[in-house]
This record gives sequence, C-alpha cells and structure tokens, in this order.
Amino acid sequence: MTQLALVIDLNVCVGCHACVTSCKEWNTSGWAGPMVDQDPYGASPTGTFFNRVQTFEVGTFPNTETVHFPKSCLHCEEPPCVPVCPTGASYKREDNGVVLVDYDKCIGCKYCSWACPYGAREVDAEQKVMKKCTLCIDRITDAKLSERDRKPACVLACPAGARLFGDVHDPDSEVSVAIREHGGYQLMPEWGTKPSNHYLPRQKARMHIDPDELTRVDNPLRKEDLTSYTGEETLDDVAW
Amino acid sequence: MQDPVSYSDGAVGRVEVKETTCYMCACRCGIRVHLRDGEVRYIDGNPKHPLNKGVICAKGSSGIMKQYSPGRLTKPLRRKSGAERGESAFEAISWDEAFGMLEERLGKLRAEDPKKFALFTGRDQMQALTGMFAKQFGTPNYAAHGGFCSVNMAAGLIYTIGGSFWEFGGPDLERAKLFVMIGTAEDHHSNPLKIAISEFKRRGGRFISINPIRTGYSAIADEWVPIKPGTDGALIMAITHEIVSKGLFDREFLVQYTNAAELVVNDPSRDDHGLFYRAEMHVEEGCFDPQNKLWWERELDGPISTHTPGADPRLMGSYTLPDGTPVKPSFQLLKERLEQYTPEWAAPITGIPADTIRRLAHEMGVTARDQKIELPVKWTDCWDNEHESVTGNPVAFHAMRGLAAHSNGFQSIRALGILMTVLGTIDRPGGFRHKAPYPRPIPPCPKPPHGPEAVQPNTPLDGLPLGWPAKPEDLFVDDAGEAVRLDKAFSWEYPLSVHGLMHNVITNAWRGDPYPIDTLLLFMANMAWNSSMNTSEVRKMLVDKQPNGEYKIPFLVVCDTFASETVAFADLVLPDTSYLERHDALSMLDRPISEYDGPVDSVRIPVLPPKGECKPFQDVLIELGSRLKLPAFTKEDGSRKYRDYPDFIVNYETSPGSGIGFLAGWRGQGGDKVLKGEPNPRQWEMYAQNGCVFHYELPRNYQYMRNWNKGYLHWARAHGMIRYAEPITLHLYSEVLQKFRLAAQGKWPGRKPPERLRKRVETHFDPLPFYSDPLETQMTDTRRYPLNALTQRPMAMYHSWDSQNAWLRQIHSHNYLFLSPRVGIENGFEDGDWIWVESPHGRVRCMCRFSEAVEPGTVWTWNAIGKASGAWGLSADADESRKGFLLNHVIAEELPPHEAGEHLSNADPVTGQAAWFDVRVRVYKAEEGDPKMTSPQFKPMPRLPGQEKKRGKWQAYVAGVFGKK
Amino acid sequence: MHPAFSVILLTTLIGAGQGLYLAMVTGQLYAIARFLPLQKDQFYALGSLVALVMLVAGLGASFFHLGRPERAWRAASKWKTSWLSREVIALPLVMFLVFAYALAHLMEWTEPLFRVGQSLDVDVTLLLGLLGTLASFALYVCTAMIYAGVKFLEEWHTPLTVTNFIFFGAASGFMLAAAYSAYVGNPLVTFFGTWAAILTLVALVSRVAHLARNARIKHKSTIQTAIGVRHTVLTQRAQGATGGSFNTREFFHGRSDRTLGLVRALYLILVFPVPILLIGAAYVTESSTLPILAFAVQFLGLLLERWSFFAEARHPQNLYYQSVA
Repeated sequence: MTQLALVIDLNVCVGCHACVTSCKEWNTSGWAGPMVDQDPYGASPTGTFFNRVQTFEVGTFPNTETVHFPKSCLHCEEPPCVPVCPTGASYKREDNGVVLVDYDKCIGCKYCSWACPYGAREVDAEQKVMKKCTLCIDRITDAKLSERDRKPACVLACPAGARLFGDVHDPDSEVSVAIREHGGYQLMPEWGTKPSNHYLPRQKARMHIDPDELTRVDNPLRKEDLTSYTGEETLDDVAW
Repeated sequence: MQDPVSYSDGAVGRVEVKETTCYMCACRCGIRVHLRDGEVRYIDGNPKHPLNKGVICAKGSSGIMKQYSPGRLTKPLRRKSGAERGESAFEAISWDEAFGMLEERLGKLRAEDPKKFALFTGRDQMQALTGMFAKQFGTPNYAAHGGFCSVNMAAGLIYTIGGSFWEFGGPDLERAKLFVMIGTAEDHHSNPLKIAISEFKRRGGRFISINPIRTGYSAIADEWVPIKPGTDGALIMAITHEIVSKGLFDREFLVQYTNAAELVVNDPSRDDHGLFYRAEMHVEEGCFDPQNKLWWERELDGPISTHTPGADPRLMGSYTLPDGTPVKPSFQLLKERLEQYTPEWAAPITGIPADTIRRLAHEMGVTARDQKIELPVKWTDCWDNEHESVTGNPVAFHAMRGLAAHSNGFQSIRALGILMTVLGTIDRPGGFRHKAPYPRPIPPCPKPPHGPEAVQPNTPLDGLPLGWPAKPEDLFVDDAGEAVRLDKAFSWEYPLSVHGLMHNVITNAWRGDPYPIDTLLLFMANMAWNSSMNTSEVRKMLVDKQPNGEYKIPFLVVCDTFASETVAFADLVLPDTSYLERHDALSMLDRPISEYDGPVDSVRIPVLPPKGECKPFQDVLIELGSRLKLPAFTKEDGSRKYRDYPDFIVNYETSPGSGIGFLAGWRGQGGDKVLKGEPNPRQWEMYAQNGCVFHYELPRNYQYMRNWNKGYLHWARAHGMIRYAEPITLHLYSEVLQKFRLAAQGKWPGRKPPERLRKRVETHFDPLPFYSDPLETQMTDTRRYPLNALTQRPMAMYHSWDSQNAWLRQIHSHNYLFLSPRVGIENGFEDGDWIWVESPHGRVRCMCRFSEAVEPGTVWTWNAIGKASGAWGLSADADESRKGFLLNHVIAEELPPHEAGEHLSNADPVTGQAAWFDVRVRVYKAEEGDPKMTSPQFKPMPRLPGQEKKRGKWQAYVAGVFGKK
Repeated sequence: MHPAFSVILLTTLIGAGQGLYLAMVTGQLYAIARFLPLQKDQFYALGSLVALVMLVAGLGASFFHLGRPERAWRAASKWKTSWLSREVIALPLVMFLVFAYALAHLMEWTEPLFRVGQSLDVDVTLLLGLLGTLASFALYVCTAMIYAGVKFLEEWHTPLTVTNFIFFGAASGFMLAAAYSAYVGNPLVTFFGTWAAILTLVALVSRVAHLARNARIKHKSTIQTAIGVRHTVLTQRAQGATGGSFNTREFFHGRSDRTLGLVRALYLILVFPVPILLIGAAYVTESSTLPILAFAVQFLGLLLERWSFFAEARHPQNLYYQSVA
C-alpha cells in the first residue's frame, strides 16, 4: 500500500515560512478551501493554516542552536484522529494513506483535534468544520498538471529544498532513502501513532586541522627575506 | 464532498498561467501567476527561471494578499485646502489635475533652480529610469535607498575587488568547501542563497556563521560564532593577521592579480607618499588603473615593470629605487598594519576567544590552500599568458547589512575584501564570483558632477546624480569645499557616498542646510516611518512651518501603492500599481539579476489591469518628462517622444544609435542581438515568450577570472558592458583612499577638505583597513548605555512592505525585544515583561522576549513590524501599532555636534552609509501603571478616499472571490 | 484544555438527570423490596420528567458545542470506534427510556406482566426502570469514555474519569431527588438525601484519588519528543503565529495557576462538605428548602469541577504552542 508523506530536513530549514503561505495560497482556492482569516486587518489576526513554522532554541549561550520546525499533519499510519470521529468525516485514504476530512460530513465537534497529539488540525472559525493538511491531494492526483507540478505546494515552494515528498512504503523512494540514510525520525513516537511524515536531524560538518598541516614546504613566506641586511655590523664581520 | 482525486482545478474555472517577475521583495524571482476566471488563484515559482528555479518564498506566495489588500491607494489625492499636513485630510482628484499641478510647479522650479526639486526613491532597482529623470530635470538631488541600506558593502568591495555581494556578485557555493557568513545577510539574497546554502550543506560543505544573533541562515550553520556588533573589522583583521603570519595566503594570486607586489612610495615627507610609484611611460587616459607601476624582482633584486614575463616579485621588504625613492610592496604595508591586530588583541573587542579566531583563520587558510579546485577551462589573461585551467580556492564569504550598517563598516568591508583576496578567492570557482556587468574598474567610470555649475536652469545635470569618485576632483562640492547636494553626498563629509544619503534628506531640507528646497517627491519610501532614523522627530519636521506659515518643506509628493505612514504627510498622493499590474524592466543599466555564468535581466508584464486609477510610477515619470519637455523624452520638434513606459523601454537608447537600452535581450530589428543592438519593436513579446527573463550564458572560459580575463573583457567591451578591456587589479592597497588622505594632509595639489573635516578625512581615508570603534560608540557613555541594539527583518517580511498583507501579518503582527536572560536578571524583569529601551536619543516601550540565541551584550528586534495606528489599511487598534514597535525612534540621524561639524550624519565617514546598528541602549522595566501598549503612539490615520471599505470580520479568499464557498 | 461551557453544561446536566432518574428507579426498587413505602406513580413520573428535562437541556447545550449542529444526526454512524458516536446513540436511548418510564408511571401501567421468584411482580415500569438503569450506566460510561478514551490527555485517560462521572452524576441526581422530594413534600427526602451524601463521599474519594494521580502524573510527551531533539535545555521561541490559532484557543484555558487552584478549592468545598452539611441540617431541621439549596450548591460546584476537569488536562499539542514572538 502506498503511504504518501513528507520528509522535512531540519538540517537545511531556515524558517522562511514559504511552506506556510504557499500552502495557504494553494489550498484556500482549492478543494480544501477556503481557509478563512479572522480579523484579517484588525487587532490580532488569526486564521486557518495547514502548516506552521515554529522556532525553538536548544541549549544555552553560546552553545545555542536555533531550530526552525515546520509542522503540519503527519498523516499517521495509525491516525488516532480517525476512529474517534463520530461521523466518519475524518478518514484515511486507502489508496495513498492521506488523512482527510470530508467537510460535508463534519459536524465540527473538534473531537478529532483532541485526539491528535500534534495539534495538526484546525477548525475553520467561519465554516465551522475541521481542516487540515491534505498533502495537496488536489494537486498530487491532478493528471492535468505536469509531473513536476504534481507535488504539494509547500514542497514546490521550499527554497531550501527542505521538504521531500513521496511514498514512505516504497523502500527505494527518495523519502525512504533520506529517512534511512539521514536518520529520519518520527515525532512523539511514544504514542504509537506511526506518523508517516519524518524529520531529518541536524548534521554538523566539522573540520580538523592537524598542527602539522599548517605549514607546508611551499609556504610562501619562504620566498620572502624575512630579515633585511642594511650594512650594520654582524658577528660574521668581527669574529674569527 | 467531491472526491479530491476527481477534482481538478482546471474543471472549476477557466485557468490561464501568465509569467512575470515577482516584486514582493527586491529578489526578483520568476513567477507564474495562475488565474482562474481572470482572478489570481495561485502564484508559484517559475521552474525555468535562472534565479529561483521554481521555488518561491513566503512573501511571493502571499502576493495575492498584496494585490487585494484594503491598504491600497486607488486614486490621486490632494491635501484638502485648509487641512493640516499629516492629518490625512485628502480629496480625490483626477490624474489630469495631478499632472497639471506637477507640471506647473516642477516647470517653474526647473526654469528657476532645478535643485529645489528632490527625487528620492526607496528602491534601487528602478534607478535607471528614476536617475535619468533626475538628470534630465537637472537636479542633483536624487538617490535611492542604498545609502541607508548597504552602500558600505557596495562601495567597500567595489573599491577593492571591482564587485560586491548581492546583485554584483556572491559566494560560489556550488563549489565552495567552506562558507563563512558574517552578520545579518538574509535579505540579500533571499531565494537563491537559500537554494545554494541548502545544496552546499547537503554536499557536506562547512558553514560558519559569525553573527551576534542566531536566526535565519545562521540557524543551520555548522558553527555559530557570536560576535559583538560593530567589531567585525577587528575579527577580520585578526584572521588576516593569522593567515599572513602563518603563510596561508595565495602568493601567486596576490602577485598576478592584485596590487600586493606593487611598490608604494614610502616617505612621509613627500607629497606622493603612499601613492604607487609610477614609472615613466605612455599612459592612456581613462578611469582604469594604468599599468605603469613597479615590482621588486627577487632574482634581479631591483625594480621591474609589473607583470614582466618571468618576473617573480617580492611581496615583503623595504627597498630604495635607483632614483633614491624609498618604496615598499603594498603587501609589506598590509603586513605591518596587521601586526597590531593579533587574535589576542581582537578577543576582548569581538568577544570571540583568540583560539577561536586562530582556528577560523586556519580553517580558511588550509581549506583555500589544500582543497584547490582545478577546472579544465582554458583562458587567457590580460598579459597574454595562456592558462590550461581555472583554479580556485574553495572558501566563500557572504555579508551584507550586518557589516555595512556601522560607521566603521566601509573599512570592515575593505578588510573582508582583502581577506577574500589574500585567500585567492576572487572570481574563482568556490570563492567569490562576479555577476554582469561586474567586474567594473576600481572605481567604476561614472562620476558625479564636480561643482555647483553643473546645475543650470532648464538644463540636464552635467554629470550623473550618482557616481564613483576616484580622487578629490571628482567630489561634488563648491569652492569652499561644501556640499552641492541636499543630502551632502560626494562632499568631504562623505566623499564616497555612492548611493547618496537618503536618511538625511528630510532633516537637511527642513533645516535648509545646505539650502531649502521646494518639492520633495518620494517614491516607495516610507520616510515618515521605518525608512527614517529618528522617526518621531522626522514626522515633526514634515509638518513644521516657517514663521510665515509655509511648510519648511513646501511641497511633498508621495507615490506609493499603499496608505503608508508617509502618505499621511503628502500634499499630493500618486497611487502606484501593484507588481502584477505593471511593466517593469530590471535593467542591465541598473541592478540586473545576473548569474555567475552571465548577464540576466528580466521584465514584468501586467497580468491584471490596474486597480482603480492606479498608474505605474514609470508611466508617471514618462508623462511628466514629456510635459516638462525634458530632452530625453522629447523629439526635436518638441513633441512627445514616448507613448508610455513600454514604448520607452523598447525605443530608448542611452545615446542615439548606441544600441544600448534598458533591456539586453532580443535587441536588433529581428531580436537576434544581445546586450547591444538597435531597438526591437517586438522585444516585449520576446520577453513574454521566454518567461520574462533573458539569460545570456557566457562561454565557459569567460566565466572566471573576469577581472583579468582578456577574452571576457574584450567581449564585455564589444557588448557595451565596460569601457576598457583593461585588467581590473584588486586594490589590496587603496591608492584612491590615499589620494583623499593626502588632500586632508595638504599634500594633494587639487581640492582640499574644509578645515573642520581634515582630521576626519585623514583618519578614515586610510589606504589600508584599520579598526576603530563605531562613531556613536566613541561619543556615547557606554557605561550608561551598555547594550548594542540591532534590528533585522524576518524572512517572511524582508525587503517587503507587507504588514497590510493578511497572511504575512499573521506570522508577525507585532514584535518583541529579544535579549539574553542575563540582561533581564540584571535589570529586574522577566520574559514577556513590558520594558523601556532607551538610547541617548529617546526611548520606546515594548515587550521583551528572552533568548539564548543572542550575544548577551546585544538586544534586537524584528524591524518594521511596528506600524503607526491606522496606516496600511489596518484598524487603529491593530497589533502592529499597539504591541508592535519601531526601534528607529531611538536611533539618531545625526551625530552629536563635534569638531568635524554640527550636523554630521550618523553614518560612515567614507560612504555616508546610515549607521543603524551603532546605537547604544539600556533597558529597564516599565512602571506597573504604564499602559500595556508600545510607546510612542500616534494619532490614528484615517481611511483615505479611494481606499476600500473596512473588510468584515472574516475573509475567505477563493480565487478572487471573498465569501463562502 | 479550554473548558467549553456547552460541554460543561452537557455533562453536568445529563449526569444529574441520569442520577435523578436512577434515584427514582432506586426509590421504586426499595419500595418493591418494601424497604420504603410505595409512592404514587405520579411521584416517579414527575421525577423522571424532571430528569428528562435535564437530559434535553444537556442535549441542547451540546449543540452549542458543534460547529454544524444541523448535521448532528450523522454522529451516530461510527459507534464501532467512537465513544462520541456511542454517546450520541446512548443519550437518546436513555431519554426515550426515561420518558417511557415516566409515561408508564403516568399511565399507571402497573399490571404485573410476570412474576419472578415468589413475590417479585414485574410490570412495565420496573422493566423500563431496569432497562433505563442499564442504559444510564452505559451513557455514563460513554460520556466519560469520550474523555477517558483520549490517551493523549493523560489527566483524563484513567478509569477514575469514569467513576468520577458516574458518582458525580449519581450524587447530584440523588441530591436533586432529595430536593425534589422536599419540594413536593415527599418523605423520601431523607432516603435520597442519605444516598446523595453517601454518593457524594464516594465521588469525593474518586475525585481525590484522581487529583492525587494527576498531581504525580509524568507526561509521556516532552518538548524533546515533540520535536525530536535531545537536549535538556529546549524552549520554544516562536509558535509561528503572533495572533494565535485554533490550537491556542482550543487547548489552553488561559487562566493563571492561581485561578486554577482557587477553582479547585471552591469546588472541593461546594461539591462535598457544603451539600452534605446542608442535607444533614435539613435532616435535623426538617427544612424543605435546605435540600434544594444543597442541590443548587452542589450543582454549581460541579460546574466548577467540570471547568477544572478541562483546565487541568494538558494536551501534548500544547508543547508546540508555548511562546509568541
């Protein structure tokens, strides 16, 4: 069975929020839209987003790491949000494993959001139904789009290429290889939700310079007279 | 609900895709605008575009919300008669009336005294037209925003290596092994740098970030080296010290391609002390660097003409020429200069341990030396040496405003240029790479006018409003040595202010120093808010009156797309279009978007009709130019030359028959010529067919070593990119600066600085980089104001104007002052508390947020998130005004009076770069009874005529339709 | 969690309604066993109708919790997996049985249908009463399991949530029965009052055990597992939206710890000692108003208890929403 998912590379994510707004932009006018904004030009604007980029700080100065952390629905293999739904509005697709909400069936009870430890679902404050990341289901399955474009909007937008997309059940897919080779991990593994989305950790390139490497035989300083003789007396002049 | 698998966007409505160029920031990525039934449905990156290769950022993806923002202006507005300026009491007028007002007023100014008209724009990338308009009008008072942005970076590097970062050049991360980014630089370049850094990291490259703050790109650095703000020069010179003293420099590169081995007269008693010794030989006049200099040959132990085949010069030592002139190779002078700048010296200044500095130097030096790249690309240098390959030392740097926006920034950046040069990385694979039309001569050829006589009634300016002084005679000063320009650019106060000093325009005009003006036209520059230092006072200056009741700045015209804070102060408001509604040329005459492999320029083509009565600013200028009968816009019979901007772009040539116009692509009658060729009437069409971008890929052997690449230089000359096919030797030692210093010392035969400025010019025009504390630090009690305060733009907002954007403002609707928890503990407040930030110039109240990712002597915030109440189409109680704040209120635009002058700009004394990041502050807890609101607050700006009604509580956007699905 | 008033009302009202109904059935059973005097059918009928009113009111309140109440009927479809769906089935069933029980008493359908053993005459009312009792317990379990079944809300994910719901509901129902009896001048007020006091004490044990458990709770998820970075010092700087989001509205009570402590102290007083004392006082003074007061005070306390129940639950998603910047 196919399980589509994102693999998010924290090693290169610079926290630019491109995935946040490109998602909003595609989806508000798409199958999963609209994505309503509340008080859009007022005091404290808030609205429906399927994807957010958050910032964390690890450690204390000066050994601080700043981690930018994009978060959207993880399309769990065991999605706890699905069985709790009383109407069946929340479902996981058989064909590709994407977890979706049928707005026509949703009664807006929010119970599925309680049953998601990741906070991946947001009630649309105006339409009053639960909304969430669809992996741009209306892009990735739209045969009218070119193959290059048949990807979630966030993946296409990401300037750092920090978002990979593919089938995590296919061991040879780009995403599976990335998870395998770069230590891909799941969020909150303690719950057994088996998130399909994975994250790739930070990796550090270090350099070691052996003191012996510093000076080479062709050191350019050897081409220069580092002392200069201007005619003053030396031992060579006076000793015998 | 429909099964999403059977859903297709194309089935919902009529879908069309139009290509154009983004303008959500200054990056200029290629975009595809997907329209559904004629309304914008989706904007994504153009995969075929060389700049962004299909990706798009948060701003670009939010272009829809800019297009449909209720903050947009839609009608020309005139301040109501009787209404006070600043109250936003406007009445809508027709364009005819607006043009009539401008034509009459500007026509009169042009006939009487053209310099009473000042045109300043917030954007650099439209300078080709705006600058030309100013020149044609005859006013010297023109500049774009570079002076308060990053001119130090442009000038510091262009005066050293003939190119700079961002539009001028950048790090070759495709081949680099070590990448060092110094200071905040995220806003220049955005997407291309994100693409490059991530690919660089994936290839296993090592990325070091030197920055007081760890955000943005620094977050993913392999190592973060926190540094105290304004001390970058000290660090760079200590690194260079270590590299030179360990012999880790690229000797061969220095000898062949820089002035390192060239002999400098070394006799302080002589008038030519510090200048290169010039041998007697025929020298052609030009703005290039003549080759009549000498080396000291090792074997010969005597002087020899530079680049003599087979010669091997000394880089070090002290020599006496046969005529008795004592000389030293300039590298020797550099070495002597660096002796004092040890890592131990730099450690307490920068806050970086000496061992770390030494290690950084070793990493750079060893990587450059031991991981050499060799590409099998044959090329020929300017001295006719054939090279079988191109080699490179894979250490790349990037820096922008973090280094630049300090008053010692020019010399810090010179130091960086020298470090990059010493490592042998200029225009070589894995190092720094130029972008066309760079490299250019050091300095480039255009010069500002030389004196007040350049400004004459009804006559174009004699010279370019902006240029590159190479010697005191190139300054734009009167006989007393004082400024001719309103912003005092190119005066002895800021001799190399190559981008002007926009940040002093309003203060100078208000004070009438050097003279009062009549009309100030601001385009896309928010000078009553985030683009001005000392904002609160500047707002007062804008409404200040003479005793006779006339405003001190009599007429203020503002052209903007949105109801910005500055619009409130206008007497006449011109509504600009959005970027989706206009033609634009991102021209080779200006700041194109070239790639390392060759010239690239691009255009915008409208995808939507203008909203309301919006008119592109370019069309406004063409119209005005035609009405005022400026020569470039008028036929010989006095009739109008260009119908509109698109017509102008196609048909304008820099001079009759020059073949050089705004666009480089598809020139010539049939569109078969590049860069140079006669106008092509179908040029727009051809751009449209090619994704709105023209990319000329140079032959491989013209892509590297372009400062000295004979083939490239001749190609560039043939295609009108450069005037001389002469080698562009790197200025390790800056003779240009020494000429100004000699003038200050009274040794220069020509112009001399006024007495008050002699010491300042002598100090700062040092031909070799030196470190000094930023000017403001020197003049501030740093015990009372112990902290440095910085700002940077967040990635979702940088280089953009988007608080009016419903999506982007949800990410940053207000800002906090970030500071180390230690600062909070010392000053008795907690995370999230309301605090005051106070500088010697004022204070603001804001909320604080503790952070471990900031050097403890530094506080910082996201810039320009705070807005004035009611501006930008936001409600009066918007977070932006109630919880957001602007640090500008505590940053002065002028230094305190001192011996060099009463009103010197808070700027770099060499370039006039606004020293935003020099400000010193202290922080303390706000009183319990203080309102939980940022301070200062301003009277809310009302909605303007023509501005859309307040939107409802909800906004559900579906392809141009606001409402329920 | 953000305490939603609609859900607080729903759970407390139907809890008390079911309890009142159970009290009526208990009264009838005691009477059958001849431990108590048999009451007029009207007494049971009226009591059950009051219970029905509370159930209806609770159901009404629940609609305010739904975004799309017009589609509430759909909620019955996933009873195999969803406790919420089961509640949606159980609640009308209970309502129906309560109504039928009341109707049977009202219509005096007391002709024995059959006899069990030697002396137990089973009539329609008894049959409905037993069925209704079963259904009510099922409803208690369904309602409680909506909360106890969410494993991510570890404060709720315990059998004590179920016992709390049962005993709080029963206690307040019996308290209401006492109040009702007092109001109509029925002597069963003592019987119901005594049971109410006993149930209240049992609820106290259950709730205190719950509080003690939650005080020691060690959450499975930490900020480290939330983002997958191993470090002891790990804090959020920015949650990605300065104006908040559904996640900050639904899962945070937005009150200080002090308020939380205050509410806890208040409900511990209002739910437990005060009503018991009032009932005791009523017993001594034979007052007919004190039992009503006792119920009112306890119900108010239960509203606070339920508020507190929500507020004290800390959802793991909150780890992602710690700081605005």
